[in-house]
Amino acid sequence: MAYLDHAASTPMLPEAVAAVTAAMALPGNASSQHAAGRRARRSVEESREELAAALGARPSEVLFAGGGTESDNLAVKGIFWARRTANPRRTRILASAVEHHAVLDSVEWLVAHEGASVTWLEVDHQGRVHPDVLAAALDDDVALATVMWANNEVGTVQPIRALAEVAHEREVPLHTDAVQAVGQLHVDFAASGVDAMTVTGHKFGGPLGVGALLLGRDVDCTPLLHGGGQERDVRSGTFDTPALAGLAVAATLATQRQPASAERLAGLRDDLVRRVLAVVPDAVLNGDPGPGRLPGGAGPGRLPGNAHFSFPGCEGDSLLLLLDARGVEVSTGSACSSGVARPSHVLVAMGADEDRARGSLRFSLGHNSTGQDVDALLAALPGVVERARRVPAR
Amino acid sequence: MRCSRRCPGWWSGPGGSRPVEIAAVKLLAAMSGGVDSAVAAALAVEAGHDVTGVHLALSSAPAALRTGSRGCCSREDARDAARAADVLGIPFYVWDLAERFREDVVEDFVAQYAAGRTPNPCLRCNEKIKFAAVLDRARALGFDAVATGHHARLDAGVLRRSADAAKDQSYVLAVLTPDQLAGAVLPLGHLTKVQVRAEAAARGLGVADKPDSHDICFIADGDTQGFLRNRLGVQPGPVIDALTGAVVGQHEGAYAYTVGQRRGLALTVPAADGRPRYVLSVSPVDRTVTVGPSAALEVCTIRTGPPVWSSPRVLPLDCTVQLRAHGAPHGCTATAYDGGWSLALSTPATGIAPGQAAVLYDGDEVLGSATVATAA
Repeated sequence: MAYLDHAASTPMLPEAVAAVTAAMALPGNASSQHAAGRRARRSVEESREELAAALGARPSEVLFAGGGTESDNLAVKGIFWARRTANPRRTRILASAVEHHAVLDSVEWLVAHEGASVTWLEVDHQGRVHPDVLAAALDDDVALATVMWANNEVGTVQPIRALAEVAHEREVPLHTDAVQAVGQLHVDFAASGVDAMTVTGHKFGGPLGVGALLLGRDVDCTPLLHGGGQERDVRSGTFDTPALAGLAVAATLATQRQPASAERLAGLRDDLVRRVLAVVPDAVLNGDPGPGRLPGGAGPGRLPGNAHFSFPGCEGDSLLLLLDARGVEVSTGSACSSGVARPSHVLVAMGADEDRARGSLRFSLGHNSTGQDVDALLAALPGVVERARRVPAR
Repeated sequence: MRCSRRCPGWWSGPGGSRPVEIAAVKLLAAMSGGVDSAVAAALAVEAGHDVTGVHLALSSAPAALRTGSRGCCSREDARDAARAADVLGIPFYVWDLAERFREDVVEDFVAQYAAGRTPNPCLRCNEKIKFAAVLDRARALGFDAVATGHHARLDAGVLRRSADAAKDQSYVLAVLTPDQLAGAVLPLGHLTKVQVRAEAAARGLGVADKPDSHDICFIADGDTQGFLRNRLGVQPGPVIDALTGAVVGQHEGAYAYTVGQRRGLALTVPAADGRPRYVLSVSPVDRTVTVGPSAALEVCTIRTGPPVWSSPRVLPLDCTVQLRAHGAPHGCTATAYDGGWSLALSTPATGIAPGQAAVLYDGDEVLGSATVATAA
């Protein structure tokens, strides 16, 4: 078996499993006032401090949430509502055209139900938003801008610090979905300058279903979930003490190991890319070519664990089925809830035609990937591509 | 990748006792989310085959939940199919065939009605989707055959009626060519529906008590007339009495009527004999619906278009013919006529509309299928 789908979910680190397991044995609601509650509260606040330290934030800037989707919804809707309340003219949202559906669909919901308008920020053929595109779209009517730190499909890294600077020139808050970035890139909330940042545990070795919105202390955000007001009165819900313990441990380890891990994964990835192009010469690597770095010390242009190809003449779901049957687990990059593969909006935004978008596969590496995983892929791939090319088009 | 393992056949359960040695093959099981296709996949797995499940997404805008007895196309159905595949421990994928289904089944359905014929969309789906688009993809991907949960028997290329006469679906499979049949596996043929549900329950499949699906899957509310009116628009015209030639009513679209129909005629002039009148013919070209007494519905001679033979025979031939999905068989003599068949029925049939399939049987064996052109 070769698991090449770490961008979907990467295995939990053993240390995180141990932390969750230990915390699950402890009783108590962190909001209770007795001794058991205080013990739970101490655990929650230690998790908050640990996550904050790992990501360059202050503990008061950490709002725990039930994963990346909730965090994205809270940031986009909550900041939109708060900014519009402060000034009713602020009804426009700026969003990159390559956002994850958790952001895309939140924006579209605001357009459909809350009288918002949206300006989709164009990307170049590598999937990157240029700061001058953002600058040109900014005006006094903008409620917020949202641009992901790194793309979940093609792995392109955005110039987040430069984008935040541009947004702040017009005093517009910038949210970034950094779900794919943590553990793969150096992520520092304060240094990035962004006002809000989404992270989620299962992309960096923590548990599924738990994440956080890092929200600057001076950024107003209207709640989505009402109740006990546990998180700065912006997010309510009983603290998931065990999951938060696992999230914090994983964040610490993933960020500590990130420099060495990124170098190792980039090496494996470059090997994978070179060998795929050698056996399937007409395959197209989508996104940033990889080894280069963004200007201004902003790090690599592509997630080190990401390789994303289009295979002309093939459909992605045929390739996936054939690789799965050979024990190689990959992704077509995007799927809707019924499991039907649609042409990727990311590739379409990058200028790919529908055929190129349909014939794409994402290979993503993570903390326990090895050269044997790459070998397994390459052993299967030539025959799989040849067979997939015989499948009649729909 | 062909597995060479030898294994017993399907029917080791309550359906029968016919252990058959067959070679294990790579099967693609079409899983609608219903009980039949789930049990078909289960029996294929237990027979030792290498089975992969697929759910066919046939609607471009699936509803979240299943409503009533219709469909196989909601996300709930897709989820039920995935759940069954996970219980069986087989790979499972969703194939988006909505565009092909729209072109080959839905648009054909509308066009047939617009031309005054009565199509069977399930038959068309088998012919064009399940055992064409899906089978072609399956073969290209290295599968040997497509397994479905149809109630019909298929042994050594010979298609026969199901052991459950009430659930028999051989009629909607009769349109398949020998090559299509060679790529089909029907694991349920020896089981009754009651047995299928028992098999599902015995395996812990949650769909064991899921209601049967009826009606047309792509007409969500079951209102075929409304669906056709929406697609074809209002095309008013007269309803004419065949005996008197008098106009006895008005209609909003001849396409919404089918031969043999009695309800929904809204006649304004009572019949001379006071007896019910039925649709005798539909002519969309001059927007005319002709009605008459039930005796006028009886036909003894049917002519068809070109046949598809699943078990080729020499004509003339004494056999039986079935003329609708759950219709009774009629004795008949089939002769060749203008590239199709002329069928002389031994007992009159009623309500036979152009566009319906005439399926010939020898006992319970399917011989072939052709589309009704005229009936008199």
